[in-house]
Amino acid sequence: MSQNLSLSREDIVRLCERVEGAQTRACAIPKLTDEYPAMTIADGYAVQSELRRRYLAQGHRLVGWKAGLTSKAKMKQMGVDVPSIGFLTDRMARPENAAISTGDLVHPRVECEVAFVMKRELRGPGCTAADVLAATDYVLPAVEIIDSRFAGFKFDLPSVIADNGSSARFVGGGRARYVEELDLRTLGVVLEKNGEIVAMGASAAVLGHPAEAIAMLVNILADLGETLPAGSFVMSGGITEAIAVKPGDSVVARFQELGSVSMRFVA
Amino acid sequence: MNEEKIQHYGDALYEAWRARRTIPPLVEQAPDITLDDAYRIQQRYVARRVQAGETIVGKKIGATSKPVQDFLGVFQPDFGQLTSGMVYQEGDTLPLDTLIQPKAEAELAFVLKADLQGPGVTAMDVIRATDYVVPCFEIVDSRITDWKIRIQDTVADNASCGVYVLGKTKGDPRKLDITLAGMVLEKNGELYSTGVGAAVQGSPANAVAWLANTLGELGIPFKAGEVILSGSQSALVPVADGDELVCTVGGLGSCRVKFAGRSAV
Repeated sequence: MSQNLSLSREDIVRLCERVEGAQTRACAIPKLTDEYPAMTIADGYAVQSELRRRYLAQGHRLVGWKAGLTSKAKMKQMGVDVPSIGFLTDRMARPENAAISTGDLVHPRVECEVAFVMKRELRGPGCTAADVLAATDYVLPAVEIIDSRFAGFKFDLPSVIADNGSSARFVGGGRARYVEELDLRTLGVVLEKNGEIVAMGASAAVLGHPAEAIAMLVNILADLGETLPAGSFVMSGGITEAIAVKPGDSVVARFQELGSVSMRFVA
Repeated sequence: MNEEKIQHYGDALYEAWRARRTIPPLVEQAPDITLDDAYRIQQRYVARRVQAGETIVGKKIGATSKPVQDFLGVFQPDFGQLTSGMVYQEGDTLPLDTLIQPKAEAELAFVLKADLQGPGVTAMDVIRATDYVVPCFEIVDSRITDWKIRIQDTVADNASCGVYVLGKTKGDPRKLDITLAGMVLEKNGELYSTGVGAAVQGSPANAVAWLANTLGELGIPFKAGEVILSGSQSALVPVADGDELVCTVGGLGSCRVKFAGRSAV
């Protein structure tokens, strides 16, 4: 990690409890740096790691990771300049075509991503996109439902990392494919809400190639003393901008070569 | 607008194109100009180019995306005519000194193997009549000062046509998902923007069907062998001396173009 911890162990636990409360009660809180302006990216990951430890202790199962803020559009939209990662648990997973409740979310948004399922463990530092492709079992299309617990979706990098990269729900689906049968750089994506196209792009929007985002994620995991185990489900970051959803909305993400992923939102 | 004024504005645009200078917006010069007037002015401007020795080689569809339609305050695309003097091949270096205030757009071009006669043409007819599709760059340019265009200005100005470059990789629309094919645009080796076929009227084939139907109503032929630039799938890119652009259509291939020299503005 490029920056050192500024928070004490007590502060980290306190902030973790605050984030966990906001996540479980679906209430917005001010960004953490309002109270701790010196908070670093390393502090953010310390809070996130504590949050992960608590959820796993409560019986949640770690199923994978996500890269976030991986496109220029997202970084600009959120006013940050470095990507981030977050963890994914079984409690966040929703099946394809599900009715997803928004009652337990603050202000959900959806974005389209290419997801990777790993067949071999990956370990940083020095992990490259080629390493990622060689260790991938298959790729599939996914929709991530992000939900910042910070009021007005306003945050900085340390705060969003502490909030687990705004992770909330995710839906994998569509068509599983081998990576060697695809050009993962040029896959077109269309996001439709209630039958209308609301966002579009191609997969190069994610750091030039989605596998670059996974390599970056593995290298950040190394900084945290973690590896990416075989079997992990990993989302590589939003290709499109994130679109707000509310009860009654129906969402379909259509991917070139990968099929589509659909869901609807209910109260 | 009477025929005399139509000819006057058509000639003014032709002279501006020839001299590589701009004229004030037509909507300022003739505030009551209609869209029909604008297409008649376009016919005059293009007829002057044909009289001077060029031939009609195809059509371009413009204003195909929602952001551009919102900007122009319209709910449908527009079109212009491609002439032989606009054609460049991939590998050519594009001379900017032939242009005024150029910007590049990445598109999918269609080449027809059968005539398309509207009205009543659907996207399915378009696929059936298509010989092949290729990635391409359209270099749009405006004879209107500072690109201060309303829909009537751009239509009269031949839909802001400049020049175009077709890529060399031909694709069969029966083997390629032209709606979901991604578009990746790079400038000087760096990612510039991404898009997808659906950005054009839900699918590029819808835009071509719209054009066939519009031309059918106007009695303008849409012939086998013609090139149709189906509309921009990328952000507009300003270009300058030494720039190199590459657009890649997912599942199809790339078109690469270099620029040299200086445009008028």
